[in-house]
Amino acid sequence: MLTDQAGEGVHHDTPGPGHSAQNSLRTGGNLLQLVSPEGERISHPEFDVWVKDIGDEQLCSLYEDMTVIRRIDAEATALQRQGELALWPPLLGQEAAQIGSSRSLHDDDFVFPSYRESGVAYVRGAHLSEIARVWRGNASYGWDPQRINLATPQIIIGSQSLHATGYAMGVQLDGANTAVLAYFGDGATSEGDVNEAMVFAASYQAPVVFFCQNNHWAISEPVRIQSHVQLADRPTGFGIPSMRVDGNDVLAVMAATRVALDRARKGGGPTFIEAVTYRMGPHTTADDPTRYRDPIELEDWAAKDPILRLRKLLEAKGLLTEEVESSVKAKADAVAAELRSSCIGMPDPKPLDVFNHVYSTPNSWIERQKDQYSRYLNSFNESVEEGAL
Amino acid sequence: MTATMIKEFRLPDLGEGLTESEILSWKVAVGDTVTLNQVIAEVETAKAVVELPSPFAGTVAALHEQPGTVVEVGKPIVSFEVDDAGSSNGGSAPTAGAPAAVESSGEASPAKREPNLVGYGAVVEHSGRPTRRARGQAQSEAPRETPASTPAVAGPTQQRPSETEAAERPRSTPPVRKLARDIGVDLELVSGTGPGGLITREDVQNFTGAAEAPAEIPVLVQGERETRTPIKGVRKFTAAAMVQSAFTAPHVTEFLTVDVTATMELLTRLKGNRAFEGYKLTPLTIASKAVLVALRNNPTLNSRWDEASQEIVQFNYVNLGIAAATPRGLTVPNIKDADRLTLRELSTALTELTDTARAGKSSPSDLSGGTISITNIGVFGIDAGTPILNPGEAAIVALGAVRKAPWVVNDELAVRQVMSLSLSFDHRLVDGEQGSRFLADLGAILSDPAMVMTMI
Repeated sequence: MLTDQAGEGVHHDTPGPGHSAQNSLRTGGNLLQLVSPEGERISHPEFDVWVKDIGDEQLCSLYEDMTVIRRIDAEATALQRQGELALWPPLLGQEAAQIGSSRSLHDDDFVFPSYRESGVAYVRGAHLSEIARVWRGNASYGWDPQRINLATPQIIIGSQSLHATGYAMGVQLDGANTAVLAYFGDGATSEGDVNEAMVFAASYQAPVVFFCQNNHWAISEPVRIQSHVQLADRPTGFGIPSMRVDGNDVLAVMAATRVALDRARKGGGPTFIEAVTYRMGPHTTADDPTRYRDPIELEDWAAKDPILRLRKLLEAKGLLTEEVESSVKAKADAVAAELRSSCIGMPDPKPLDVFNHVYSTPNSWIERQKDQYSRYLNSFNESVEEGAL
Repeated sequence: MTATMIKEFRLPDLGEGLTESEILSWKVAVGDTVTLNQVIAEVETAKAVVELPSPFAGTVAALHEQPGTVVEVGKPIVSFEVDDAGSSNGGSAPTAGAPAAVESSGEASPAKREPNLVGYGAVVEHSGRPTRRARGQAQSEAPRETPASTPAVAGPTQQRPSETEAAERPRSTPPVRKLARDIGVDLELVSGTGPGGLITREDVQNFTGAAEAPAEIPVLVQGERETRTPIKGVRKFTAAAMVQSAFTAPHVTEFLTVDVTATMELLTRLKGNRAFEGYKLTPLTIASKAVLVALRNNPTLNSRWDEASQEIVQFNYVNLGIAAATPRGLTVPNIKDADRLTLRELSTALTELTDTARAGKSSPSDLSGGTISITNIGVFGIDAGTPILNPGEAAIVALGAVRKAPWVVNDELAVRQVMSLSLSFDHRLVDGEQGSRFLADLGAILSDPAMVMTMI
């Protein structure tokens, strides 16, 4: 299977019901692109206006963020191989999708991520130790969601789409002016939760954006088997407008996300964005993609690398000065070093910590369990003969 | 003066809940200076072959395990000498001069438990742990009431453990308990060698072996009469691929013995040609070219049966696979777009491909995407065989040894150089006619290379 066929939908050559050409709920064409893989800026009559404020400085800043999160990803992968993290879900290849979308959010918007959005967490302001500690097994949560308006990573596939929709319905009840964004992958679109979320979002016209990173692989299951239409054609069946955007093009991702967030804030209801990207690494550090994936596919996508593409654009604009390069490198080095030191220096949790944060208020049932467990733990200090509880 | 200290790197759990990994190779040697995250080793887990990045910057002080060793998670595999002040990485706590003590039984004591090694945190702790209670009276009583006179497996080596030891249900796992039940082993009689005395599959198997060895037969044979090697890695993969190929594609094999004297003469001429100076030319080079030419008129052999999509994929390019015996076993790297290469390019590609394969360095890209294969069994002095298709391909050609043999030329016997060709093909998509024509064309080229003129 060649890359170009993957994710296009099996029937992409034979337009039928629901195909982009005839799907009035789809905008942006078959694949919205503002920067070509060769780094050329492609003008678009409808979407250019949404990124017209992105000047040289912002471009460099996007480049820095993308480079830094790739470095976080590489350092975390190394930390897992060194026994410092139990697991890590790499985001290699999805930098433009994560940075472009998260940099489009307002601080008061609320975000519901899956487990792979470490780049989003970085942009939202999560501390590096907070990003690492769940994967180190030191905590069952990463950060205070209320502090950075980012829910904790959701491991269950697609569940966060329901949380996001529910939150968005609450925003409606509050009459607030915020938008909600849920991240999930191609595999999640096959889950009941995501489909239920889309039903409710459409019914209530909730201010929620479904941001789907189609990275082509649901662990070892290719997207082409899961969906015989483009993923962007799924939400339109629920009456939700959608866009299919080059997920390795940070400007296109920003433009599409801004359109969707703007619509949500103005009461226009939900939007679905399919960001077509590629998971260049394994599903997690416990996975070996060479067992199910054609290496040629990886080579094809390496040629569309999101960071390389932005580099070329910056070079063409003469922005990639030595000063920029060295400052980006220094930032990435510093972040990697901080991630490492904060990860390794992290104190182990205490056994009784497991009872914290179950309820926000005191709870007698939890207190009883805590007391019993405490006595059980103390029994370890007694002699073996007296033994068990 | 900078003080240095020794830091150990213990094998981490590289997947989710893995207990061991095999060291495939070391990328560093004792005395080497390494930087943080520099690749120091390649290891194979049950899930993947992965590279281990160094957790320290420093000097390699010792490599504790040899390549090929299966190492338990948590065991030290390499020690580094690092600057005392420099590294704050702490991949392992300082253990100056105490590796043996740390290692002992493969379990760190609570005091020495390394906080950095996550993923297998539940190290079995012996001291102070409450004795495990039997799960239920009925369960715990039943085995004890079983008289020792009726063990399922009789044998002189069996001895009931003392009553106090038997009070606790033997620690094992459900699959091992089932194995024990299936082969009639009383787990109470087996002593476990796993962590915390856990009875492992090997313990049960060894126990039956010990129990079944008749005591009256004196030991006559020194050493083991059989060696058991775990099926894993490339061997396991190769086996799976062979079984899959052999039992999904109906194989047909045809043979043809041809007079290749003209081909051998051509080789000699080419070797003397200055245009080919420095190129490695062998019968495989010519035969590969001949296969590529013969495919032009018989493209069906260069196709694939795609069961999943119920389609026959006709490749309009040839990725020519060459079976290679490598340190890690049989691999079939392929030359991409071999049909577009000139003879010289093909010669270079063949040399590079086999050198890379023998060094065990073929990339996944080299090893996938093949469309047809050649196996050169002639190098082992073999004439013919019934090769098994490389999975996903429709044909494979085995080249036999080139030998001098009596041959009829112009109705007279002559000594000629002959070679046998064996062709296996997938009968689902290649009919006997197409396979036969291809093999005949291939034979025609090798017996008279000028026949190429009629085919291209």
